[in-house]
Amino acid sequence: MNEQDAILDEVVNSEYKYGFVTNIEQEQAPKGLNEDIIRFISAKKEEPEWMLEWRLKAYREWLKMTEPKWANVHYPKVDFQDVIYYSAPKPKKELSSLDEVDPELLKTFEKLGISLDEQKRLSGVAVDVVFDSVSVKTTFQEALKERGIIFCSMSEAIRNHSDLVKKYIGTVVPQKDNFYAALNSAVFSDGSFCYIPKGVRCPMELSTYFRINSAGSGQFERTLLIADEGAYVSYLEGCTAPQRDENQLHAAVVELIALDNAEIKYSTVQNWYPGDKEGKGGIYNFVTKRGICKGNNAKISWTQVETGSAVTWKYPSCILAGDNSIGEFYSVAVTNHYQQADTGTKMIHIGKNTKSRIVSKGISAGKSQNSYRGLVKIHKKAENARNFSQCDSLLMGDQCGAHTFPYIEVSNNNSKVEHEATTSKIGEDMLFYFQQRGIDEETAVAMIVNGFCKEVMDHLPMEFAVEARKLLEISLEGSVG
Amino acid sequence: MLKINNLHVSIDNKEILKGFSLEVNKGEIHAIMGPNGTGKSTLGNVLAGKEGYVITEGTIEFDGKNLLELEAHERAQAGLFLAFQYPIEIPGVSNANFLKASINEIRKSKGEEPMPPNEFLKMMREKMELVEMKKDFISRAVNQGFSGGEKKRNEIFQMAMLNPKLAVLDETDSGLDIDAMRIVANGVNKLHNSENAFIVITHYQRLLDYIIPDFVHVMYDGRIVKTGDKSLALELEEKGYEEFELIK
Ligand SMILES: Nc1ncnc2c1ncn2[C@@H]1O[C@H](COP(=O)(O)OP(=O)(O)OP(=O)(O)O)[C@@H](O)[C@H]1O
Ligand SMILES: [Mg+2]
Repeated sequence: MNEQDAILDEVVNSEYKYGFVTNIEQEQAPKGLNEDIIRFISAKKEEPEWMLEWRLKAYREWLKMTEPKWANVHYPKVDFQDVIYYSAPKPKKELSSLDEVDPELLKTFEKLGISLDEQKRLSGVAVDVVFDSVSVKTTFQEALKERGIIFCSMSEAIRNHSDLVKKYIGTVVPQKDNFYAALNSAVFSDGSFCYIPKGVRCPMELSTYFRINSAGSGQFERTLLIADEGAYVSYLEGCTAPQRDENQLHAAVVELIALDNAEIKYSTVQNWYPGDKEGKGGIYNFVTKRGICKGNNAKISWTQVETGSAVTWKYPSCILAGDNSIGEFYSVAVTNHYQQADTGTKMIHIGKNTKSRIVSKGISAGKSQNSYRGLVKIHKKAENARNFSQCDSLLMGDQCGAHTFPYIEVSNNNSKVEHEATTSKIGEDMLFYFQQRGIDEETAVAMIVNGFCKEVMDHLPMEFAVEARKLLEISLEGSVG
Repeated sequence: MLKINNLHVSIDNKEILKGFSLEVNKGEIHAIMGPNGTGKSTLGNVLAGKEGYVITEGTIEFDGKNLLELEAHERAQAGLFLAFQYPIEIPGVSNANFLKASINEIRKSKGEEPMPPNEFLKMMREKMELVEMKKDFISRAVNQGFSGGEKKRNEIFQMAMLNPKLAVLDETDSGLDIDAMRIVANGVNKLHNSENAFIVITHYQRLLDYIIPDFVHVMYDGRIVKTGDKSLALELEEKGYEEFELIK
């Protein structure tokens, strides 16, 4: 039995010791944003003074900035004074059985192959004692603690590991990096913090069981992950189950730091509410994700499967500062109906012999627009740098769009940059070919999509890849013919 | 096995098939010849259930069933195969995966279990030999980057794998060199038995030297205007379609 199984087993078979859930007091800030609101947030979270100052500095920068307009997305202007920036987690109304849950949602769960217990948890039905997430979490945390790994919420980290947070926060994504990053820096609600000490290999996928707890902190999430020299960690965020949120605006920031010989693998499955078939509602997802290979021989690998949100603006990037460091970006972005995605990556080569690899697969269906935007920048000092980019688009139907915007800047003459791009279309003729061989339309689409995305899916943690594959099929259901 | 009676088919309000009738029995090979644009591929597509065609009149019976009531994939599952005039490229799906899905979907429709992998591989090897396919072909994406001739051979290979009751070959010989044509014809002859049937659409009587038809039909302006034996093909090759101009 491996360690993960052993821990789960222990939790499942031990008696429930935590009693009742206490009601969290409901509290929220008034609408709008000003310095007092930021002071209120910081006070609520019992933050040290430096954190408040840091937030305020970000806010003052934000006031001077304007929303970026260069992305290939269109949406009504967001009124930033009409947003509630602090709201204590509300206990969801508990339902007594799955019979009370929206049948549509249950159908989706079933298709995703989500276990009954998890279905209950996700839809707010009182869960079985043994699957209570708190106890699982606590037990896992002890296993991590033995190795000196710190893994906790951002708020806890600010209180208990203030020095580490202070040392690294904002070093990869500075407060004034961009409009949404500045906003996030001022008002971030919570998120995850992780520190892997020197030479430690994190023994489990950080998330598989923790994603249970991530719900509710989605709006202005802030994540900071540090892999010290020679450390390794694989982190997974998100959830294949459909995520609804009353907050339309999401602006998360993720910072990764890999020191000498460290490796960070960061996988995301994003399935926020995309709006309905007519394009009403849906989340605006403006994310800043960036990692730095600070040390030599460090490696950062981003893998993302993006199927949700009405508007996505997201470019997980790598700064390859250390010599021989490696950056990777594997992405599948699916848009359907009226969804818009402008996503891609930046690979900034600074160290010698740095390598990067970009594999982007965009699938557009319905009336959606899907753009890849990528920058490969090779500094003068980055001798012998290498980049390979592959950007493929798959179109379903005639009313959607796929766009590719590659930017390449090379400032020395011994580096090599390769870019390949293809566009293909699932047309009626292709589907008819499948059908003529006895394969129905739905199966045909699934086969084509799986074939198209294979290289990216192969980089997801195994058990998650299965769910993600099903998620793709569901996202595209009925989009042809 | 197949009974087409007085079939009228339009596309975009333009009538293409104008009273087409044909009866095919088990064990028979029918050749259809006719000038460009006369509706031969349209016939194949309508039989296979492609969308976009409006059937204004007529009936099609296949194996005792009303074919027009079945969806395209159901027709294939019932044993109807179309070798396409222009085979489609499918990026990202390997030939092996494609055929495995095809065979297993057909088996599933009959309530059968999926084919065991070793049996599948064995059959695949056998049939590849039949049409002299290169080894690396299995793992390549369906038709992607295939030469024109390779695509046509792949159609025959798929036919051999699926072993249909009725196969419609739409100009499978076009664009093939002499050797490839012999390979294709050989494939058809090996598969042909007293239980199945073939409709071979072609422009060249040469193919019919290798695949000996029981009937040759001349198709003109959306229907069959003359039926004969193999000698009719030779006659056509000599005189062309001029004499049928009058019928129109
Ligand atoms: N989608 C369409 N819209 C309008 N006309 C069409 C369409 N598809 C086919 N046609 C017309 O129908 C007629 C018959 O076409 P078909 O492809 O069946 O001919 P064919 O006999 O197979 O010719 P060939 O020997 O060149 O393969 C042609 O005049 C063609 O232009
Ligand atoms: Mg034709």
